Amino acid sequence: MGNVVRNVLAFRNLTLGYDRHPAVHHLEGEVPEGDMLAICGPNGAGKSTLLKGIAGVLTPLTGRIEGHVPAREIAYLPQAAEVDRSFPIDVYDLVSMGLWRRAGLFGGINRADRARIEQALAAVGLEGFEARPIGTLSGGQMQRALFARLLLQDARLLLLDEPFTALDAGTITDLTALVKRWNGEGRTVIAVLHDFELVRGHFPRTLLLAREAVAWGATGEVLTSHNLAEARRMCEAWDEDAPACAPASRRAA
Amino acid sequence: MRPGFEESGMIYDLLIGPFAEFDFMRRALVGVLALGVGAGPIGVLMMLRRMSLAGDAMAHAILPGAAVGFLAAGLNLFAMTVGGLVAGFAVALGAGAVARATQMKEDAALAAFYLVSLALGVLLVSLRGSNVDLLHVLFGTVLALDDATLLLIVSISSLTLVALALAWRPLVLESVDPGFLRSVSRAGAPTHLIFLALVVMNLVGGFHALGTLLAVGLMMLPAAAGRFWTRELTTLVGVSVLIACASGVLGLLVSYHSGVPSGPAIILVAGGAYALSVLFGPVGGLLPRFLPQRHLEA
Repeated sequence: MGNVVRNVLAFRNLTLGYDRHPAVHHLEGEVPEGDMLAICGPNGAGKSTLLKGIAGVLTPLTGRIEGHVPAREIAYLPQAAEVDRSFPIDVYDLVSMGLWRRAGLFGGINRADRARIEQALAAVGLEGFEARPIGTLSGGQMQRALFARLLLQDARLLLLDEPFTALDAGTITDLTALVKRWNGEGRTVIAVLHDFELVRGHFPRTLLLAREAVAWGATGEVLTSHNLAEARRMCEAWDEDAPACAPASRRAA
Repeated sequence: MRPGFEESGMIYDLLIGPFAEFDFMRRALVGVLALGVGAGPIGVLMMLRRMSLAGDAMAHAILPGAAVGFLAAGLNLFAMTVGGLVAGFAVALGAGAVARATQMKEDAALAAFYLVSLALGVLLVSLRGSNVDLLHVLFGTVLALDDATLLLIVSISSLTLVALALAWRPLVLESVDPGFLRSVSRAGAPTHLIFLALVVMNLVGGFHALGTLLAVGLMMLPAAAGRFWTRELTTLVGVSVLIACASGVLGLLVSYHSGVPSGPAIILVAGGAYALSVLFGPVGGLLPRFLPQRHLEA
């Protein structure tokens, strides 16, 4: 194989959506291993939908996602994770869920695992929070705990859906550094982000999405004012009575 | 006679005598303790999974099944148990399937299914004419548990504990963060089904002693009361089992000494425990809230 970079993901004429309305429309492209890719676009552009499709939560309407990493090597942090904050469980137990792949249904947690949990908590700056019920955490602390859990998942492909929404600058700086460290370890990171400054500063490549790919490539060339205006225009068009889209095979013919 | 001895004799008469003297009281004691051990953890999980009222719906769904069993075979433990289990599973699975396959939420689907089940049961019973013995199904007969019924209740409790021990991790995970469990494992759906099956089984076990409707009380009241005493899951399960068993024993004694029906007495004692917890519980109870201590240093 030599220096050939393998793809972790390939989208082939991918259409994802809800109730027959496409949210991601005829997407084509590849994500190479070790990529640090930002997905940007206006609200309703299909960014979260695309992550759900990659994570396997949503089945494509047409087309397919070729995944070259096994599903258990994918870690997915959804937008506003559905954690029940009132559940009587402490930070340590929440974070240790990240070991599911190693421990599974019945496996125990040994001393090495405990050390890993402590390291993960330290990495996100939550030392001393082990015994705190999750209901007592602030929004930023909760997100740090979820990042510690991601850390323990030890995945090859990380999917982050607006991971920094409603966080203060300090927390964003810490968590961004963590994401870059993961990427430095050779893990592929795909993150949905709205903060263009952050994307320009830390993400070498960007996919600008407006149901279809407006642009996909080096961040500097993608996030131009022309492309952003184009993305907004494409997203505002929403036809309630849209006719059925012709199948790809027939369109190609 | 020394006064202390007389006093201990009174306590003996009050608390232990009824059980030492009467066989049916001992059977009832075993029955309520076994029910409490099974219903405690199930109730805690129901409450934490926001299914507190789903238990009530399932109890209504079991009623017609048990009634049909009764009409087919009379006051037959096997027929009524099977009828209750079939009706309960049908409603739980049907509602679960509709909720997962369509846009409908599980609570609405459950409401639709149990109402249909209840109406069907009432129709069937009225076709065959009613019977006073049917009250047995409605309100239970904890003071007349025979060997077979006792064995059934104890078996259900034992099975519940084993099943919970095996499925505890995914059960907790699915309650805290269902999205995360979906992303790492396919255990979510089977875990939920196993849990629904345990709920139905415990309700069926409970209805022989307490009746279909009151059986839910021994699940939900101890769990709801326990929530006021601890923020920790394992402790919460322990506290709930303790409250459920204590309510069972106290309820039996109240019923024995004052001659009131035992099923409602047990649930009312559990209700008393709940009321005390709401008032005095250290975790968000009323009294700690109205007598606020000075806030801590930052």
